[in-house]
Amino acid sequence: MTFYIAIIDYERGNIKSISKLLQYINVKSIITSKYKEIINSNGVILPGVGAFGDAMTHLNEINLIPTINEIVSENIPLFGICLGHQLLFSKSEEMGIYKGLDLIKGRVISFDLNKVDKIPQIGWNSVNFQNKDHFLIQDIPNNSFFYFVHSFYTIPEDKENIIGSTQYGNIEFCSIVSKKNIFGTQFHPEKSSKYGIIMYQNFIEYCKK
Amino acid sequence: MVLTKRIIPCLDVTEGRVVKGVKFLQLKDAGDAVELGKIYDNQGADELVFLDITASSDKRKILIDLVERTSEQIFIPFTVGGGIRTVNDIKEILRAGADKVSLNTSVVQNPNVITEGATIFGSQCMVTAIDAKRVYIDYPEEAKDKIIAELPNKNKYCWWEVYIHGGRTPTGRDAVKWGIKVQNLGSGEILLTSMDMDGVKEGFDLELTRTFSEKLDIPIIASGGAGNPQHIIDAFKIGKADAALAASIFHYDEYSIAEVKKLCQDEGIPMRL
Repeated sequence: MTFYIAIIDYERGNIKSISKLLQYINVKSIITSKYKEIINSNGVILPGVGAFGDAMTHLNEINLIPTINEIVSENIPLFGICLGHQLLFSKSEEMGIYKGLDLIKGRVISFDLNKVDKIPQIGWNSVNFQNKDHFLIQDIPNNSFFYFVHSFYTIPEDKENIIGSTQYGNIEFCSIVSKKNIFGTQFHPEKSSKYGIIMYQNFIEYCKK
Repeated sequence: MVLTKRIIPCLDVTEGRVVKGVKFLQLKDAGDAVELGKIYDNQGADELVFLDITASSDKRKILIDLVERTSEQIFIPFTVGGGIRTVNDIKEILRAGADKVSLNTSVVQNPNVITEGATIFGSQCMVTAIDAKRVYIDYPEEAKDKIIAELPNKNKYCWWEVYIHGGRTPTGRDAVKWGIKVQNLGSGEILLTSMDMDGVKEGFDLELTRTFSEKLDIPIIASGGAGNPQHIIDAFKIGKADAALAASIFHYDEYSIAEVKKLCQDEGIPMRL
């Protein structure tokens, strides 16, 4: 079987940029919402931009939630990016209360203009590594910069799940999360120049094991 | 650390090649857009902006091709503007690999395009570009319905008027009020160009930039007037800009992006280095 990564297609966001980065590092990827293509892959990326509730509704409509649960139980690496990272959590308070995939206990809440200057946070911010041995951040210096675009952030219940954290205004939030075979970054590694490329390479190496 | 201020080189393109208009009129050729973009990425550019200045529909394919080639080779965010009018245009550009689109004239003509775009693709990819020109007045009372700034040279006031069609058509609109409106419609950022300073290389319109940054909650990209690194430092420190956009000072190798970022950092401005 050829090695490939499945990028989950639920018609939300610029998912092509992830496949183009994987192509750049010579990794085959398929943008798909088909059960078989997802479940037979060596690793799955859950991308996404936009609103949490809308994304969950759409994942539900195309019946992808059982597939994602199966990825986790089959121990296939799952990597959520940006909104995909937020979807891994239990619930979000974006425009109402929405239930998430609940793969990682915790919630998603909005930045508050009393604590930050501008919403959304758009731009490059640094990530402070909480667990320096984690495979995702190998060969990346601590406090490296990554590209963020978001108005909401995640609070994991179990602090052990926090691999990286980031300060925005007076808020420190979880920017890299990890639990078993589930990983997520609030930032976009595919838009974070050289260290983002290294992070994808680290993920791919993990998927090959 | 904190969120860093962004330095964004702007590439005015026509048929996939870079040009830079001085005061929007004269054009000079400065190279292949993707190659130049790569150089900027290596120098530490935080984002790229492509403005398609031909923007005629028959040249659309060449622009789409440029967007695709860029997204295959450059892994920092990039914005595409110029002649984008409809939700379909937005979709086409984003599908080709751009992260954001920048709209200008079309938002004035049809403000709903921002809301529709934000609903489908998210606010984060909807940049509204505003071309603003000073209207000087002697007394604030002369323009009661406008948002007025007092200028540093005493007893002088101005408000800013929105121009469209690449700076050729005045609209009578107050630029600051327009900025607040497009924020409320769903814009994620404002690309704010001073018509007075664009191409002059004597610095940004700092009053304009600061007024926008103080009145709006979304990030402001200052544009028009960068001639040296101090101008960019001033845009951040005095103008309170979130990002500074510049073209010719980078294109002609007058200063490298790395050099400018280092100088900004020396002034205490948070930078990604």
